Amino acid sequence: MRHWPKILILLLSLLFTQTDVAIAGDDSLHQIQVLLISNNFVEKTQAVSLLALHSHPRTEEILKAFLEGELYYRKSDKLLLIAKKQGRQYSISDALTGDELGVVKKREIKKIRSNNALRKKIRIVLARKELNSVDPTVRYQAVNAMLGNPDVGITSQLQDRLKLERDQKVRNILELALAITRLEGGEKEDRLSAVAAVSGSLEPVIRSKLESIVVDDPIEEVRVAAKESLNKISAKLQFYSFLETLFFGLSLGSVLVLAAIGLAITFGVMGVINMAHGELIMLGAYTTYVIQKAMPEFIGVSILFAIPAAFIVSGLVGILIEQTVIRHLYGRALETLLATFGISLILQQAVRSIFSPLNRSVVTPDWMSGSLEINSVLSLTYNRLYIIFFCLLVFVILFLILKRTSLGLQVRAVTQNRAMARAMGVRSSWVDAMTFGLGSGIAGVAGVALSQLTNVGPNLGQAYIVDSFMVVVFGGVGNLAGTLISGFSLGIANQFLEPWVGAVLAKIFILIFIILFIQKRPRGLFPQKGRSAEG
Amino acid sequence: MFIMRILKNDPGGQILMSLLLIALLVVPVLNLVVPESSALHLSTYSVTLLGKYLTYALLAVAVDLVWGYLGILSLGHAAFFALGGYAMGMYLMRQIGDRGVYGNPVLPDFMVFLNYTELPWFWQGFDMFWLATIMIVLVPGVLAYVFGWLAFRSRVTGVYLSIITQALTYALMLAFFRNEMGFGGNNGLTDFKDLLGFDLHADSTRIGLFIASALALGFGYLVCRAIVKSKLGRVAVAIRDAEDRTRFIGYRVEYVKLALFTFSAALAGIAGALYVPQVGIINPGEFSPLNSIEVVIWVAVGGRGTLYGAAAGAVLVNYAKTYFTGAFPEVWLFALGALFVLSTLYLPKGLVGVLKRQRASS
Repeated sequence: MRHWPKILILLLSLLFTQTDVAIAGDDSLHQIQVLLISNNFVEKTQAVSLLALHSHPRTEEILKAFLEGELYYRKSDKLLLIAKKQGRQYSISDALTGDELGVVKKREIKKIRSNNALRKKIRIVLARKELNSVDPTVRYQAVNAMLGNPDVGITSQLQDRLKLERDQKVRNILELALAITRLEGGEKEDRLSAVAAVSGSLEPVIRSKLESIVVDDPIEEVRVAAKESLNKISAKLQFYSFLETLFFGLSLGSVLVLAAIGLAITFGVMGVINMAHGELIMLGAYTTYVIQKAMPEFIGVSILFAIPAAFIVSGLVGILIEQTVIRHLYGRALETLLATFGISLILQQAVRSIFSPLNRSVVTPDWMSGSLEINSVLSLTYNRLYIIFFCLLVFVILFLILKRTSLGLQVRAVTQNRAMARAMGVRSSWVDAMTFGLGSGIAGVAGVALSQLTNVGPNLGQAYIVDSFMVVVFGGVGNLAGTLISGFSLGIANQFLEPWVGAVLAKIFILIFIILFIQKRPRGLFPQKGRSAEG
Repeated sequence: MFIMRILKNDPGGQILMSLLLIALLVVPVLNLVVPESSALHLSTYSVTLLGKYLTYALLAVAVDLVWGYLGILSLGHAAFFALGGYAMGMYLMRQIGDRGVYGNPVLPDFMVFLNYTELPWFWQGFDMFWLATIMIVLVPGVLAYVFGWLAFRSRVTGVYLSIITQALTYALMLAFFRNEMGFGGNNGLTDFKDLLGFDLHADSTRIGLFIASALALGFGYLVCRAIVKSKLGRVAVAIRDAEDRTRFIGYRVEYVKLALFTFSAALAGIAGALYVPQVGIINPGEFSPLNSIEVVIWVAVGGRGTLYGAAAGAVLVNYAKTYFTGAFPEVWLFALGALFVLSTLYLPKGLVGVLKRQRASS
């Protein structure tokens, strides 16, 4: 409490200093306004210089508008305006405050003209303002924007800035911008050094500059150097497009793995062909939708709630299916196929009756949209990136469950030899139910991930069921790691084939490949070894 | 005489044959002779519907031959059905001639639309009925032969075989959806005008197609029955029940499988060829894996490993489908789903099994 007086004094002093500045600002602003409106270009130039030094928050907007020829004043009261043409009229706003002032006719306002010298001055002022910004990203963007149209007048400023600059990223782009100016003009040595400096840069501006040098430059030596530089750049580009395809392949692979890994458990471990697997994925996706509807204010976190919820919903439905149907069909693998197919039809129709047959859209939370820009040619979208990590996370958790928990131990025991496991006291029916619930729950979790990528509709599951089977069969039944590897390799293969033959043919080729592959290795990439292999 | 010998000790087959015979005699009369005002009149729509069921029944018999007697659960038989259908569709397309929208005497409408300048090589000769007829059997047969030769030789069995047959039909579906394939892409082949000079929309042609379907089912059944009764059929059953043991005894399991699988595919092709002129369209949707699974369900519901049960299952399930999708469209998928679940749980031998048990207990 004894600090109160001090704080009060502090606040008061702040208040006074603020008003002082504001009054002074108003004064000089008025002066600038008068100077700008005058017909004399010397006075206008003065006004620009004054604006450059002024601390008014809208100086940049005013200068930009001036540069674009959008700076006007109102004839009636000489108010400075920013006017944008709208058909035959102009929509105007107060240049100093930014307030919208509606639409006026042309004769009510007058343009403040500029000339080349003035525009150059404005450009330099603007660039300097941005170049000297406190925020390194603003500085970076300022230089980046200049890459396309470097102005000779700015070169000296860039050089000045380079001497001061500490941020490495900004330094690099400054050097690049300077190199471009040297590429355009300058002596042979300058151009040569510039060509060397820009080699390896991926900016499209530089590529086109180099291309024109290769064609036009009078000196052979420079042309050769530029050609070499270009070759380096295109090699780099190829490398990055390779990386990009790989990334797309990995993300498609993760989707496949997520969809298939639950199946790998129910199909591989239990020998049950679960045709309703796709519908369990669909249930997970619909759970995401329902949870988003239930908490519209928290879209960002809703997906985190959706993951366990989808696991529980799909898992419980899975256990229900196991208890009511599959339990009676063990040992008749082909017949479980028919029964579970019937269940898949029922689930589809149920969803259609409850949520309508139309697709439902699930909102992607903000933190999942956007992309991670590695450089100007390679950017990785966040949702794909998250899917890859999520897939690996799910895989690791599942792997630990099967290898490190007692449930996992029992599951593996039942898989290898049901009779012996029972003799050793494993409740095989309980293990079956739990395994099926686990596999189904994972399908639900996959549905959460898929809801971020595709439309959520009653046919969501069908789209993935054939693919999931392919992944499991290719990887080798009863082998989780095999499923992971096969999912990723099929995804990557698909993405690398696509640019050559198109999406549909790529898929057909993959299917034919799997059909032929099964002939050679009927039990997949990683067949189970030991006695269970003949099961 | 020959027929009598095949149908001996086959009461189900005898009933099926009698029903087909009755249908052959009664349906044309009810449709063509009985006046439309009479309550007994059978509309052409119903005749076509019945004809469609009969082609489905033939497909089901083909599936039952390999599933019921050989233990191969094919989830891709709709592909052979559709290929036969496409072969017939190509013939029908060529028959349209210059009556299409674009009036091109050689190129079907969709080719004109897609800027084809000449007929692709695989469309050559499809204006001749005899060639189309050969292709109806040959194309599915050769595909099944190549596929089977690869699969059976490397001893791909059980679930794996089922899944790669599914992959086969899925791949074909994707392929036929492409416009570049030259089969009309998404829209498939449609807008047929006439078959062998007969107007497809005429009542008499519809009756003709119905008769052809009934005869095809009859002959198909008899041939399958003959195969099943022969030594080949017995070896097939041995393979179904104990494949390794049969192989160790000295039979070439893969040849038996290959022969029956190829024959079954050709039969499915014939069914498809009869199906297309009756429904008037063939599109890549026929290749969908779902269709193949549905066929398996018909067989399961009717009774696997009996042939006539498969035919009965196909007709019954499809009749139910027509009824439900018309009366309660919402309920149909629930009913179908429940049918699959209940029939596998409680009717492992299908409806035929139930009837047999009842007769045995009474």
